[in-house]
Amino acid sequence: MLKIENLHATVDGKQILKGLTLEIAPGEIHAIMGPNGSGKSTLSYVLAGREGYEVTEGSVTYKGQDLLAMEPEERAVAGVFLAFQAPVELPGVGNANFLRTALNAVRRAKGESEVDAIQFLKLARARMKVLNMPDDMLKRPVNVGFSGGEKKRNEMLQMAMLSPTLALLDETDSGLDIDALKMVADTVNSLRGPTFSALVITHYQRLLNHIVPDHVHVLSAGRIIRSGGPELAQELEATGYAASVAAA
Amino acid sequence: MTAVNTTGAGAFLARHEGLRARLPGAGLPWVVAMREAAAAAFRAQGFPTRRVEAWRYTDLAAVNGTVFGEALTGVDDALALPATGNSRAVFVDGRFRADLSTLDGLGYTVESLAVALPSLEGRLGAVARPAEQALAALNGMLFEDGLVVTVPAGVAGGVLELLSFATLSDRAPAYHPRHLVRLAEGASLTLIETAAGPAAARYLHNPVFEIEVAARARFNHGRLQQEGLDAFFLSTVYAAVAEGGTYDNFTLNAGARLARNEIHVALAGPKAECHMNGVQLVADGQHADTTTALDHAAPDCASRQTYKTVLAGRSRGVFQGKILVRKVAQKTDGYQMNQALLLSPDAEIDSKPQLEIYADDVKCSHGATVGELDADNLFFLRSRGIPLEQAKAILVEAFLTEAVEAVADEAIRAALSGAVSGWWQRQGVAGGIEVA
Ligand SMILES: Nc1ncnc2c1ncn2[C@@H]1O[C@H](COP(=O)(O)OP(=O)(O)O)[C@@H](O)[C@H]1O
Ligand SMILES: [Mg+2]
Repeated sequence: MLKIENLHATVDGKQILKGLTLEIAPGEIHAIMGPNGSGKSTLSYVLAGREGYEVTEGSVTYKGQDLLAMEPEERAVAGVFLAFQAPVELPGVGNANFLRTALNAVRRAKGESEVDAIQFLKLARARMKVLNMPDDMLKRPVNVGFSGGEKKRNEMLQMAMLSPTLALLDETDSGLDIDALKMVADTVNSLRGPTFSALVITHYQRLLNHIVPDHVHVLSAGRIIRSGGPELAQELEATGYAASVAAA
Repeated sequence: MTAVNTTGAGAFLARHEGLRARLPGAGLPWVVAMREAAAAAFRAQGFPTRRVEAWRYTDLAAVNGTVFGEALTGVDDALALPATGNSRAVFVDGRFRADLSTLDGLGYTVESLAVALPSLEGRLGAVARPAEQALAALNGMLFEDGLVVTVPAGVAGGVLELLSFATLSDRAPAYHPRHLVRLAEGASLTLIETAAGPAAARYLHNPVFEIEVAARARFNHGRLQQEGLDAFFLSTVYAAVAEGGTYDNFTLNAGARLARNEIHVALAGPKAECHMNGVQLVADGQHADTTTALDHAAPDCASRQTYKTVLAGRSRGVFQGKILVRKVAQKTDGYQMNQALLLSPDAEIDSKPQLEIYADDVKCSHGATVGELDADNLFFLRSRGIPLEQAKAILVEAFLTEAVEAVADEAIRAALSGAVSGWWQRQGVAGGIEVA
């Protein structure tokens, strides 16, 4: 599904990822934990294809394709979805119009029929009900005036609507109350299945109580220094990262 | 008789000399006097060079260097116009075409200026200032036709279209229509003007509007400038608004190789209002200029201006906006914003806001921004599967939203969004956002 090998990447000439290797099989959920500045967001951006991140060594294959050679929109329609740590605001772009445009772009690429405005609203409203989002969030401009929690809900709405095969969640749980946290977990769990994989970046073990990962990795200074099962998250919660970093 | 093979101001002055006896109103002494005064004003000014402050950013050298001919009359009967259900007045190469117009059952008067001229003494020339604006002088010297709209007191005139087409001609015709719009007390009218022409035709369209909005009247003036890409469009609008009246101008400046959208508005009575909004879409090889001059000449008036310019390829945009608040104009509430979005490193924008305030109790502000498409916003849209070009179109539409939403009249807003997406299609963009 996703195979990252010896990945090195720089930002503004600064080496951030320094030989990261990770393989995610179809249907698996992996969690990445690690101190601030260790390169977690950088990894998610490199995978999603953000400009300004230069891969200097290593490779990433996704469903057998060279992911790094694809444009961001090609990655998206191939099933990669990044839930941003800090989603942007788009004044003048209506949330519903944006979401329908994205949905149809993905459907077109998959050879599926496009949804019209009425079908779209039906789909979106059903999803929003589950996510406990008020209807008027569709009418508002994308993320403009949304609270931090609302922005994250909106990310989850996009993820649910676009039904990716590889979700990258970059600290989606940060700053969320327990209800919102459960909503994030429910959304991921609802997509869970043999063709859905996820890379869940988080600082806190509490999200992993709700999304039980198959594997947990510790990222430090641009490399994975430890890997284990869900119990590793509990250990880190108890001891902090320092011990792992020192042992590595 | 005429020196048609020369260029510049001299050629136009010579044309006036030659046509003097045949121009409309040649038998009316007041018209003749007006034309002579305009000719003197044009002779004195010529085509302004960039040394003239008001023309610092727009170079008329290409106009000055073109050999223009006269428009031929009635050549294109094949013009197929889609019906819109609205009343409309059609001009072809500057001349009113009754045969193509639909003007039945209006509760107000719409006439051809060439026909109505004898009745226009005191009205024609009432608000234009040829001594100050060279192109209004050129128009005053050579106008042959135009639209005369007169809405009586209290009449709600609804929507009227003014369609102005250029036909393909190798004569590079120049025409100078003079349009007069007068709304009597409490009247209202929406005028949606479209100016268009073939892509390959070179011509000069030099319209002058004289607009009088009486007390508590409301004039919505929507302008879609979509001239052919080899055309020169040099337009001057004069509007005078009386007590409690409203003048609402929206201009889409999208066509022509060189376009100047110059608007002079005088808020002459207390509590008058003016909204001037506009969008300039400037593609490779084009130059678009919007120049506004707002004269707050009475107390308690409000003015709002929002202009957005999008520039692609090697193109140039200009916005100049002057707000004058006279000493009597206490409690003026004035606002002006102009923003430019550069889609290419070869695009340039010049912007010159100017406030001149003599009253002491006023609220007046202006702002200007120049920027490029935000890389993070683009990446966000692309990360959701939206192709790059479509993502750009979405962000450009979003940029324009504020100016478009400021348009109060729905008919104008609808015409505008159609024109904007048409512009995108011509840029080879498959379309912006899908509406849910
Ligand atoms: N645009 C940038 N220019 C220079 N350094 C950057 C840039 N973006 C991130 N960094 C640096 O890269 C390192 C990793 O950042 P990031 O991937 O955001 O870490 P994390 O998400 O794990 O907190 C940090 O030291 C950060 O300061
Ligand atoms: Mg981060």
